[in-house]
Amino acid sequence: MTWFRWVLLALVAGLFGLFAYMLSQPKEEFVESAMIGEAIPAFDLPPIVPDRPGLSSADLADGQPKLLNVFASWCVPCAAEAPNLARLEASGANIVAVAIRDRPEDVAQFLEAYGNPFSRIGRDDISAVQLSLGSSGVPETFVIDGRGVIRYQHIGDIRDSDVSVLLAELREAGA
Amino acid sequence: MIAELGLAALWLAAALAGLQLLAGAVGMREGGAALAALVRPAAIVQALLCAIAFGALLLVFARTDLSVALVAKNSHSAKPFIFKLAGAWGNHEGSMLLWVSVMALAGGLIAFLERRLPERTMIATLAAQAFVGLGFYAFLLISSNPFERLPEPAAEGMGLNPLLQDLGLAFHPPTLYFGYVGLSVAFSFAVGALLTRQVTPEFAKVMRPWILGAWIFLTLGITAGSYWAYYELGWGGWWFWDPVENASLMPWLAATALLHSASVLASRDALRAWTIMLGVVAFSMSMIGTFLVRSGILTSVHAFAVDPERGTFILVLLALYIGGALLLFALRASTIAEGERFSVLSREGALVVNNVALSAILGIVLLGTLYPLLTEAFGVRVSVGPPYFNPVGAIFFLPMLVVLAVGPLLRWRRDSFQRITAPVVAIAVVALAVLAGVYFFAGIGLLPLLGMTLAAAVAVASVLPLRGRSLRRLPLPVWGMVIAHFGVAVALFGMAADSAFTRERLVAARVGDTAEVGPWAITLAAVDPVAGPNWTALEARLLASYDGGAVTELAPQARSFWTPPMETSESALRTRWNGQLYTVVGGEAEGGRWQLRLWWKPFVTWIWYGGVLIALGGFLALIGRLSGDLRRRSAQAQIALRRGTALA
Amino acid sequence: MSWRLLLALLMALAAPAAAQDLLPPAPYAYRQIEDPALEAKAQALMETLRCLKCQSQSIADSDAPMAGDMRHQVRTRIAAGEDPEAVRAWLVERYGDYVSYKPAVSATTWPLFAIPLLLLLAVGLILRRRLGRAR
Repeated sequence: MTWFRWVLLALVAGLFGLFAYMLSQPKEEFVESAMIGEAIPAFDLPPIVPDRPGLSSADLADGQPKLLNVFASWCVPCAAEAPNLARLEASGANIVAVAIRDRPEDVAQFLEAYGNPFSRIGRDDISAVQLSLGSSGVPETFVIDGRGVIRYQHIGDIRDSDVSVLLAELREAGA
Repeated sequence: MIAELGLAALWLAAALAGLQLLAGAVGMREGGAALAALVRPAAIVQALLCAIAFGALLLVFARTDLSVALVAKNSHSAKPFIFKLAGAWGNHEGSMLLWVSVMALAGGLIAFLERRLPERTMIATLAAQAFVGLGFYAFLLISSNPFERLPEPAAEGMGLNPLLQDLGLAFHPPTLYFGYVGLSVAFSFAVGALLTRQVTPEFAKVMRPWILGAWIFLTLGITAGSYWAYYELGWGGWWFWDPVENASLMPWLAATALLHSASVLASRDALRAWTIMLGVVAFSMSMIGTFLVRSGILTSVHAFAVDPERGTFILVLLALYIGGALLLFALRASTIAEGERFSVLSREGALVVNNVALSAILGIVLLGTLYPLLTEAFGVRVSVGPPYFNPVGAIFFLPMLVVLAVGPLLRWRRDSFQRITAPVVAIAVVALAVLAGVYFFAGIGLLPLLGMTLAAAVAVASVLPLRGRSLRRLPLPVWGMVIAHFGVAVALFGMAADSAFTRERLVAARVGDTAEVGPWAITLAAVDPVAGPNWTALEARLLASYDGGAVTELAPQARSFWTPPMETSESALRTRWNGQLYTVVGGEAEGGRWQLRLWWKPFVTWIWYGGVLIALGGFLALIGRLSGDLRRRSAQAQIALRRGTALA
Repeated sequence: MSWRLLLALLMALAAPAAAQDLLPPAPYAYRQIEDPALEAKAQALMETLRCLKCQSQSIADSDAPMAGDMRHQVRTRIAAGEDPEAVRAWLVERYGDYVSYKPAVSATTWPLFAIPLLLLLAVGLILRRRLGRAR
């Protein structure tokens, strides 16, 4: 059974190779949604602030590609990405939002402080829509095409460099 | 000053390790006697220097010397004293210093005490120990210096994690480390024996107490860790097949197999290759575990701060030591002569099954733990948890238990089935009775059912070797075996019972409400705020009554710490002979109600009683072997003395 | 009543510690299904689903709000009569295999199941050679 010892040595060498490779890779922080390419599931969320209507899946299948921003007033990076969301809106993007586990007064205060680039905001008190989209945290931004199919997911706050990427994805979704 | 003293001691210890290696390597050859004579003293002084270094670390933590970076990062002046000390090893650098200190200590002890093996083998062993030590010294001194100073002393420490402010958890790492690093002795012995081609029963006898010692610590460390997780994390779970838990289990599996294999080699001169192989594998598992925990490549609640640079360093050490040892084994193994023959139905045969089964389980745990890493390399993320490990492990574990039941009854070398028919039938009857009873009266899942059945079988089987023997004159190692195997049965029964019979009740209760869980009726009497040294909490007063009996009070808390800010839940437990009541208070729910989580867990404490019994059995065996060795040595000394006087 | 003051102080201290929401947990996050058989099925399933915001815990063992929301989904679906494996499939459809601790047999995971079988064969072979040989 001497060959067995060499096989073992080879297996161990392979294992260390795997370790070395994985050490060189950046750590995967986020869980990506598996719903990319799928149609958004049906939902109907009530409004959370008086001056914006609620959000339903039908609104996302009205022919116009949109950005869907999953946010919360208690989420610090959401405040950080507000200027870039404003830039996206200014560039012509239609941004709708889902507010996760939020109180109306807190959302109103947040929008007052950081601006309101959203055309619609849905109220998701128990993260039901967040779960159905495969989103695992805030903030996240999805690109949804005119037929209601999820085309792209951006996890984390939108940095300056991400603005052009999202605009390009939005354009592609509209094509 | 003290920190610098510690650092200097550490450098000196590393230098001595280098000397030990050099002297050993050269001293093994012909004419190297002068250098060879340096090896033992080098090992002993190395141990002393490491003791000084670790003592220095303890001292700076005891004094909360905030000019030392490690203290500033991990301690706080308001911490209770015992936890200040525990903070010394509750971080990466400090625990690595503990690692090398225990290695040096083990090496020093061997150098001081062991005289039974040929000197050349001892030199080779100590050289191997020094070789491994050097790598870890380098790691410490180059990339993880525990004595680094801050340019300016910090105003206050950043506080120890509140979860670590617990006696059980404070002492869990050192216990495990004595186990992991104790296995380095077996590794060095295995390498030394391979290098000098001295795989003999004498070698196994010398190695055995060291394996036993390390294994006892590992058993206790894992048991303690499991119990800590159970009562601290607030959900009643005691094992999750989490990568870091597995990292502690794998060396234990290898060490258990090694223990039994070395016993066979010691008494029957068989299983030579297996023993050497397992000696290498056991410490390799310790090192792989250290790598997994500190490199950050696996996600786990237990992992230390992630640092791929550290991971790379350790990986290089792994490749060097494990690769080197396995290569040596592959090259030299064919020169290890075949040991004594034995038949299938013999104790050796049963122990071969034991070795093979434990190794297979080790392979499965390793596979399941590392598989997500492999798929991640290809861009796919999967999770492997209890639904995989429990059934797949059981495929090998359950048959192994059957052999465990019968094995100790078998004679060495060759036995006949007729001789053991009576006890085997007795065991089988008990097993079937339990199986039928539980199946018909309880209706539970297959795995817990098999678990309880085999637990009963092993419990009966483990005491059968006592049959027909004088209990007062029974050698301690036999008592050790009986108690350890009985402990396995007890622990297994606890695991199966908990998994089958646990009752859970989640309720949002108002003060004055009563809830029921299992045979208990629990009333929420009050919820009051309380304060501690560095926390505030909401404490619920629960009045619990078992089956309408006397009322007993429990006080679970929802605690908030402030440095660093963290919320924990302190469960309140009430233990009976037949199980444990586990209560937790959560947050406030609407309508002035409070979240209560209540569990009735029949026989769950048997899991840890079993673990302690297993360690106790090992301890008795160790005492028995050591006192036997001492008696033999003094008898030999007597004989030598008498011969000397006779000649004079 | 000084204990009220202490309580208020406690609440005030707790708030900055939480970069979390202020809403209560989902209805079935901490509430069991009335039918004990269904609750047992739900519990068994929850113990095998990963909490995505935690380091390595099941949703049955976590106090994170998202874990509570996932428990709510599991319990409401099972109470409505869905099969546990269908609920698992629903979550896997959203988050991939990562969310389930029970690996499914697939093109990427077949070695996980093939290797134990191979080990079983190897064990049998080793034992036959080692024990069958010497007599």
